[in-house]
Amino acid sequence: MKAVCWEGRGDVRVETVPDPTLLNQRDAIVRITSTAICGSDLHLYDGFIPTMQAGDILGHEFMGVVEDVGHGVTNLKKGDRVIVPFPIACGRCFFCTHDLYSCCDNSNPNAWMAEKFYGYTASGLFGYSHMLGGYAGGQAEYARVPFADVGPFKVPEHLSDDQVLFLTDIYPTGFMAAENCNIQPGDTVAVWGCGPVGQFAIRSAFLLGAGRVIAIDTVPERLMMANQGGAETLDSMDPDVFYKLRNMTGGLGPDACIDAVGMEAHGPHIDYLYDKVKTMAMMATDRISALRQAIHSCRKGGTVSVPGVYGGFLDKMPFGAAMNKGLTIKTGQTHVHKYLPRLLRYIESGAIDPSFVVTHRVSLEEAPHMYRTFRDKKDGCIKVVMKPH
Amino acid sequence: MAVAATKYSERVNVGRVERWLSMAAGGALAAYALKRRELPGGAAAIAGAALLYRGATGHCDVYHVLGINHANGESAREYGTGVLADRGSDTRAQLGGLRGIHVEESVTINRPLAELYRFWRDFENLPKFMNHLESVSTREEGVSHWTATGPAGMRVEWDARIINEVPNKVIGWQSLDGSTISTAGSVNFDEDPHGTRVTVHLQYNPPGGRLGAAVAWMFGEEPNQTIREDLRRFKQLMEAGEIPTTNGQPSGRR
Repeated sequence: MKAVCWEGRGDVRVETVPDPTLLNQRDAIVRITSTAICGSDLHLYDGFIPTMQAGDILGHEFMGVVEDVGHGVTNLKKGDRVIVPFPIACGRCFFCTHDLYSCCDNSNPNAWMAEKFYGYTASGLFGYSHMLGGYAGGQAEYARVPFADVGPFKVPEHLSDDQVLFLTDIYPTGFMAAENCNIQPGDTVAVWGCGPVGQFAIRSAFLLGAGRVIAIDTVPERLMMANQGGAETLDSMDPDVFYKLRNMTGGLGPDACIDAVGMEAHGPHIDYLYDKVKTMAMMATDRISALRQAIHSCRKGGTVSVPGVYGGFLDKMPFGAAMNKGLTIKTGQTHVHKYLPRLLRYIESGAIDPSFVVTHRVSLEEAPHMYRTFRDKKDGCIKVVMKPH
Repeated sequence: MAVAATKYSERVNVGRVERWLSMAAGGALAAYALKRRELPGGAAAIAGAALLYRGATGHCDVYHVLGINHANGESAREYGTGVLADRGSDTRAQLGGLRGIHVEESVTINRPLAELYRFWRDFENLPKFMNHLESVSTREEGVSHWTATGPAGMRVEWDARIINEVPNKVIGWQSLDGSTISTAGSVNFDEDPHGTRVTVHLQYNPPGGRLGAAVAWMFGEEPNQTIREDLRRFKQLMEAGEIPTTNGQPSGRR
């Protein structure tokens, strides 16, 4: 089959690889009909995530049709149309039974590696480094899905791929980011980053009762999309973001701040250059200017919610501000499974049509070109969906 | 002073009579060794010194690892092996003085305690999650034959005997005298709000030579990590019903 493989920093290629087979009883094989490039794939593309190996198959936002199931999978059959959550979860450990699916204890075959970095391992993920499982991803014609009796979620035929595909990651991720803000009616929520996760966070914040959302980015088409979602906008390269936020909120600051940017932030201040030099010299793991600004800008007693991906040890983290202002910081890989029934209801009822983020629909062969376009934010690129079949 | 006294009594896990016997036997061995002044004498001197130490301090490393305590509650002599069933968890508080290699690892498993105990008690199940074990077969009640694979297909085999068992609490085992490998271990099962806590204590004295190298290879450079991975697979097997893997999946590697 054809698959998108990571071959090194800035180097992805479409290669011919063997078809996947069932390896465990609870596995399924899915023939992929739609698969997307995620903003977090760009962290892999840019070499920010450790423990990638040349030849790894990328992709963790995919859906398709069940081709085959192992003996342990009784709730799925050949022909079922499913979306596949990006975290791999056993469904039976303490964490899964407490709705903390992305913290599953049993799905990472390389748990020892993650333990060296993080103390304890999170769940295995599709196509997202060996430390997080080393599982082949879904930017391919077929994928093997472990614990398929728990992960794959059947979707109704009358909804198109584009409408349900983002249930795999970015829609629940944006939704959990907003839910983590503990929004009270009328609250003001500031969102850093207007990529797809930021877009879903904006819409979810309104759905959960926010009175105002202020979106911060510097890419015009992304700010425009945020504005269409009801958000007011600020340019992230404006040195006065903090002051503007303060004045827009009557001197209080936003009730909640969402960092939907993560480890490769850009910014107008000296701290961005500091991060850039340190990460380039391999002396730091993450560029965190968006997170710094979110913590600095948040009102006292407010919440900073972090769906953005971070990898390692954050330098010059303003923890004094977090402590003295009594902030709540909530974060985590998304517990996708938990949100699926609820978010599917929103889609079916027409409360949201997630396909609004798609800007590019291409074939799998165009992956190398689209990774570059998406990374460089060229051609108005916000979301790329590939059709392997 | 009170602290020191407590610490001393925690270390004592050998009964009073046994301590006197240890002292006497140790003294005799040491005297014999001093007379011989040659190789077998040297070994006897070491054994004698160990017995003297055991008698004088009331602490036995092998008992310690097995979770056995002969010093307390002499009335608890209820198991056919003649070994006390006291869990002796207090003796495990101090692990520093042990010779050989000692490992303690624990894991919490979201399954009923009795189910985990039953699975482990059938030693023939152990190779399902202990990668270095090839097989364990039960010879007679309480005695089992263990086969492990070392480097280049080299085999290490030994017999072990259950010497401490309290159903749904603890299983302790020890290699039989004259085995190629001297090892002792115990596994404890405890209720926990998050499931069942399984704690393994394992001690082994690596033999010398080629066999020693094989045993060292078997347990890896970090014995703790090796046991931890075994326990992780036990948990995965009991909770998820399978051990996660990526072996055999496609990649673009050539």
